[in-house]
Amino acid sequence: MKQLLEKHFGKAWMVLVFAFLYTPLLFMMLFSFNSTRQDANFTGFSLRWYDALTRDTKIVEGFWLSLKVAAVTGVLSAVLGTFAAFVLVRYRRFLGRTIFSGMVNAPLVMPEVVIGLSLLLLMVGVQNLFGWPERGMLTIILGHTLLGMAYGMVVIQSRLLEMNRSIEEAAMDLGARPMQVFFLVTLPNIAQAILAAFLLSFTLSFDDVVISEFLSGPGVSTLPQVIFGYARRGINPTIYAAATLLIVTVTIVIVGYSIWVARQTRKREREIAAATRAELVALSAR
Amino acid sequence: MFRTSPFTPGRRFVIGVPYVWLFFFFFLPFLILLYISFVDMGSDISPFKPLWDSTTGVVHLKYENYWSIVRTGEDGVLFRTLYIEAYLRSLWYAFCTAVLCLAIGYPFAYFIARSKPSVRPALLMMVMLPFWTSFLLRVYAWKGILADQGVINQLLMALGITSEPIQMLYTNVSMLVGMTYVYLPFMVLPLYANLVKMDFRLLEAAYDLGTSPFKAFWLVTVPLSKAGIVAGFMLVFIPALGEFVIPSLLGGPENVMIGRVVWDEMFTSNNWPRATALAVIMIGLIIVPLAIYYHYTGDPADAKK
Repeated sequence: MKQLLEKHFGKAWMVLVFAFLYTPLLFMMLFSFNSTRQDANFTGFSLRWYDALTRDTKIVEGFWLSLKVAAVTGVLSAVLGTFAAFVLVRYRRFLGRTIFSGMVNAPLVMPEVVIGLSLLLLMVGVQNLFGWPERGMLTIILGHTLLGMAYGMVVIQSRLLEMNRSIEEAAMDLGARPMQVFFLVTLPNIAQAILAAFLLSFTLSFDDVVISEFLSGPGVSTLPQVIFGYARRGINPTIYAAATLLIVTVTIVIVGYSIWVARQTRKREREIAAATRAELVALSAR
Repeated sequence: MFRTSPFTPGRRFVIGVPYVWLFFFFFLPFLILLYISFVDMGSDISPFKPLWDSTTGVVHLKYENYWSIVRTGEDGVLFRTLYIEAYLRSLWYAFCTAVLCLAIGYPFAYFIARSKPSVRPALLMMVMLPFWTSFLLRVYAWKGILADQGVINQLLMALGITSEPIQMLYTNVSMLVGMTYVYLPFMVLPLYANLVKMDFRLLEAAYDLGTSPFKAFWLVTVPLSKAGIVAGFMLVFIPALGEFVIPSLLGGPENVMIGRVVWDEMFTSNNWPRATALAVIMIGLIIVPLAIYYHYTGDPADAKK
């Protein structure tokens, strides 16, 4: 009885929460194909909002800008995140370690409004002193990277913490120099986490409104900024079309990525099993 | 010799790069923020005046920006300014969001953790998938669902529950729906990570000893998942406190959150010193729950020493 109740209640609850999570997505996908500008009635199938999407220069330009910003942010965040994670996990003692760890982690909990505001003040100050940089793509990238680096660091840090250090020590015992150890042993081991950090900061950047709103200049708008501007005015099915394309793309990327990760894990397990078997054979032959 | 010394060039480089980056793009902006919060508002050309008198070189901190936020009345009682109202409102709605996320997310995370190991990754991916698609677009979709002519109102009217559309959009309810919706995965994931490690045999032992399921849940499961609850609560509460986008899309015009107030002071009133003072107080509000959080968890790098 107890188990029965738990089982049914559990299933029902999961279905309800998933319905809650997916209703807005399904709603947008359905209404992106609506033939009229209706909030609730599906009046017929049409691709007119997709057509409108390709003609909307603000959205198209915003998309390309967001893509560029997110790509650069992703790379910078993955590199800086790797550095920061390495410092926090491997260098236990150095001057100002507490400040360092505080500075890496703080952007995770700082309200985005505060991050955006303080970076804007810095950019304005620097611009007053040197006449450079204009607020625009560069300043947005710098702001996004501050956040992306913190998230990337967390992902890479957890992988570094669970990594088996004895293989690095083995490499060093065999005479590898620190740089060789890093590039030939450590890096391949944490590569998956670095890729995850890249994807995470890419998404964060591609999705961010607040920091972009503070750091973009006149005439420079990322895709979320354009959408935010439209969204405040009212309902526009063109945005649903953009959302549908995004949802489909993200689903393909995420499902593809997780299949790839699952395959890699299985491959590695097989290799370890094969190596263990070979060792056993060698031992028994002795 | 070089390799064993703690100050090898490589090591310096690895520490130096992120250190310098963070100094310029996190620490320095924060100092500027703090600095401007202590100066006078300037003219149209420069939004703030320098802290020191350029003729005498005397430094004089101005506290007016802070006093204007937390004014006291003649009898010394704290005066509820527009700013204090906005802070209290933000704290309250962030708290409500976190509680709602916990109420929905706890059973959800619990049942995912108790489901068959083979289906767990798929379920988790289904939690993550909306999280990876633009949050702005998902909030935007709620606008279409909750609008007067939206799906819910049409449904209610078709079923004859109401004859006129109920105003749902631009109310506190719609804002809370949006916030709960967006932050739910932030609650579910740490709770799941915690609950999946739990030894459910402890629960069975409690049942065997005659505890009712409800009591067993309170006495065994909840205390064991305390770290997950605290982590999830913080992960929802802190970003919800500074939330800027959801209130401006779904919230009512009279219920201004503190994030919006900072924005308006900065760009509409052009009062930089007050905007920064408001931001500094906001950081203060974050530090309190954070200190509690770190009390429970600590630096993850130190945990595995």
